[in-house]
Amino acid sequence: MLIFERSEAGRFNSAQRIAGQESQALRLEGIPQAMRRKNSLQLPEVSELQSVRHYTQLSQKNFSIDTHFYPLGSCTMKYNPRGCNTLAMLPGFLGRHPAGSEQLGQGVMASLYDLQEILCEVTGMKATSLSPAAGAQGEFAGVAMIRAYHDARGDETRNEILVPDAAHGTNPASAVMCGYAVKEIPTNSEGDVDLDALRKVVGPQTAGIMLTNPSTLGVFERKIEEIASILHQAGGLLYYDGANLNAILGKTRPGDMGFDVIHINVHKTFSTPHGGGGPGAGPVVANERLAPYLPIPMVGEEKIGGETIYRWLGEEDCPQSIGRLSAWSGNVGVLLRAYIYARMLGTEGMERVANYSVLNANYLMKRLQKAGFTLAIPQRRATHEFIVTLKREAKELGVSAMDFAKRLLDYGHHAPTTYFPLLVPECLLIEPTETEDRETLDAFVEAMVTILGEAENSPDQVKGAPWTLPVRRLDDVRAARELDLNWYQRD
Amino acid sequence: MPFIPHTEVETQSMLASIGVEHIDSLFEEIPPSLRASPVDHPLDGLSEMEVGQLMRERATADDHTLCFAGGGAYQHHIPAAVWELATRGEYYSAYTPYQAEASQGTLQLLYEYQSMMSSLMGMEVSNTSLYDGASALAEAVLMAVRSNRKAKSKRILMPVTVHPIYRKVVSTLVRHQDIDLVELEYNSATGTIDPDSLQLSEEDPGYAALVIPLPGYFGTLEAVHKLTDWAHEHGMLVIATVNPVAMATLTPPGEWGEKGVDIACGEGQPLGIPLSSGGPYFGFLCCRQSLVRQLPGRLIGRTRDLEDREGFALTLQAREQHIRRSKATSNICTNQGLMVTAATIFMSLMGARGLEQMSQGSHLNTEKLAQRITAIEGVKQTFKVPFFHELVVTLPQSASGVLEQLAAEQIVGGIALQSHYPELENGLLICATELRTDAEIDHFATVLERVLC
Repeated sequence: MLIFERSEAGRFNSAQRIAGQESQALRLEGIPQAMRRKNSLQLPEVSELQSVRHYTQLSQKNFSIDTHFYPLGSCTMKYNPRGCNTLAMLPGFLGRHPAGSEQLGQGVMASLYDLQEILCEVTGMKATSLSPAAGAQGEFAGVAMIRAYHDARGDETRNEILVPDAAHGTNPASAVMCGYAVKEIPTNSEGDVDLDALRKVVGPQTAGIMLTNPSTLGVFERKIEEIASILHQAGGLLYYDGANLNAILGKTRPGDMGFDVIHINVHKTFSTPHGGGGPGAGPVVANERLAPYLPIPMVGEEKIGGETIYRWLGEEDCPQSIGRLSAWSGNVGVLLRAYIYARMLGTEGMERVANYSVLNANYLMKRLQKAGFTLAIPQRRATHEFIVTLKREAKELGVSAMDFAKRLLDYGHHAPTTYFPLLVPECLLIEPTETEDRETLDAFVEAMVTILGEAENSPDQVKGAPWTLPVRRLDDVRAARELDLNWYQRD
Repeated sequence: MPFIPHTEVETQSMLASIGVEHIDSLFEEIPPSLRASPVDHPLDGLSEMEVGQLMRERATADDHTLCFAGGGAYQHHIPAAVWELATRGEYYSAYTPYQAEASQGTLQLLYEYQSMMSSLMGMEVSNTSLYDGASALAEAVLMAVRSNRKAKSKRILMPVTVHPIYRKVVSTLVRHQDIDLVELEYNSATGTIDPDSLQLSEEDPGYAALVIPLPGYFGTLEAVHKLTDWAHEHGMLVIATVNPVAMATLTPPGEWGEKGVDIACGEGQPLGIPLSSGGPYFGFLCCRQSLVRQLPGRLIGRTRDLEDREGFALTLQAREQHIRRSKATSNICTNQGLMVTAATIFMSLMGARGLEQMSQGSHLNTEKLAQRITAIEGVKQTFKVPFFHELVVTLPQSASGVLEQLAAEQIVGGIALQSHYPELENGLLICATELRTDAEIDHFATVLERVLC
């Protein structure tokens, strides 16, 4: 039932009335009639309880980390500590107007400054801008910085960005938004970038390359130093997509690998919530060469008479910056959660994140392999994630990766990422994260084995799944053909 | 170990299953030359209690201010239920709803959001959010250029009464698409665009779209009907950038002029989102149904399942980067989902009547504030025209200096305009939302008077 169907004309949630306004509502002499709203606004008319019950019941139709195992590959669905939420929502943080004077924001600015420093250190880079609102905006910023660097040198013939075929869809889309043509680089059967193919396409037209390491195939790019040297020798730069940083936190640093700029998805590695699709935050961190081009604003530190004062760095301080990406200074509330998380982990805790996310992934991979599942790259170590291919099951039993994914929901596990990366047929990209206990991983293996048995003996059980959720499979074709996007405009 | 459940015994048995002795062996594929050396500034891990002490101290340092600033971010009443519900783990810790059957809660809520936001804007279709009001305007500009191929122009008419930082963000985000942002000056007496001054000569190459703010950055009311009709007559699309709370009282973009605007966008923060130093907020973007295939961002459709039950799913995904890669309408992936969750619950709790009261309450308080402080010697209303919910006053001295003195008394006294509008050297943009009491308005005026003399 929709909230609109609970609505009753004339019902008013009077606890939410604005005191004193009921008698004054018509005192708008200053506003010309032509500017007033004519058609009365339609919104639900429900009681507070109706609304609270409605949205509580809706929430119960969701899978989430707090309720289910959520091994969604490349998304790092780890536990989001409640302490981070509570502390980021302290009234002093929530109530601060973004245009308020710096003297009224030293608490939040100190936290942002510290986070900038922590991110530099853990990535081996020189400077951080926290302003991108999400990974894709971080990508845009990084590629725009590469472009600004080439432009500043008068090197304007570079019009191409290289992207491996396994990359996230945001990579090519971000490169295009920066005005670049995209050239795909093939991956070899062991999951590394094909170096011969790379050498063939790198040239004076190459602005840079966008790489994820570990790659979306769940393996570490072993030839990264060679890739960096090929690119740099040709005058191109390296962009690191931080989607998979969880696997290497504290173990190895993108700066040491030769990357010039990176973005970090704090809603992955630094455990800020995904919120059903955001908000995230995608800080960009650059080496010496690209630091001058970082987006503004950033937080700077000054020592005045033994006292530390934080202030915003803007256009005057950073004249070569690519500019502003958002109206204020990015998703500050999300960044505070990331900062609190980083402080709770400390340096050792960050390395433990890599240790145990990789332990969990390799354990799960090994157990699934022993149970008869085919790994996409069996000869390699898993990083924080790995790929099972159901090509054989699809061919012999007619049960696809999508069917497996849907049946897993019946067994109380959120599905892994399906059909990504695009180059592995019928794939499940599985990322358990470090916060899951062994029993949960074992239960997942058990469910996979049960489903495999069902696929062999009663495939319709799998092909018709899910059976136990609020809805069964939805008609996507109908959703697109008979577009219904707005209840007030329904036919 | 914080947030990691493994006991030493479990770790050992898991390593044995994998067939290695030490966790470190799992990292053997990383070349030794790349293994991180110890960091220069190691940080000890803090307990929740310790980090709580640190953060409380910092939050307290920023607390207890009295806010009279707006400029796109407003301190409104937020019903208690909004964030109690929005931070339920089922919303807070879920991913983008790709697995529709396991995400019906979020999907239905987003469909409800699309309906409410469309209704508020008087438009047919809404997406499920962009990052903020500024990036929403940038996406609207890109969308207008893609949609208006007939115009054969990639120029956009951008009044300088559009939020100055939004204009900068648009410039950053569309810079590499050969789009020309052409500024339109305001009339210095009215603080608005004068529609009678607009003229296109024969040889003018035309524009793909005109942007119209309501209220304008100065709180003034643009001649939205005339401007919309003029733009349509000249083959342009119209993009509205509006304050959603104001739309409960003012004519919504879908009803401007003869045909209504083509694209409406803005900052969703006033709908239940705390100020939070500027984010996370959310950008909204609405359009005509005929433009829906050019709309960036997630869209939710109502459909049926195998048993003919109602259900909700992501739709028209062929617009998006995870399908179309380099040919997508935008690179956006993660949006501001949880903020939209809050805004939806907020709108359901306020209803039309509550939102109108909030809108008009903010306006009436701003009128009170204007009367009170223009009574101070040397303080004048800069543009003597109708305003809504926000206005500019001219002080007898530099506004930024005054703001620092007010800050010393824990008052956020508005936004100084000089850095973006050098001609408004002593201009101060102020507002008083419905939250401000008469006593607070009085206190602000008293302190301001003292600071000015």
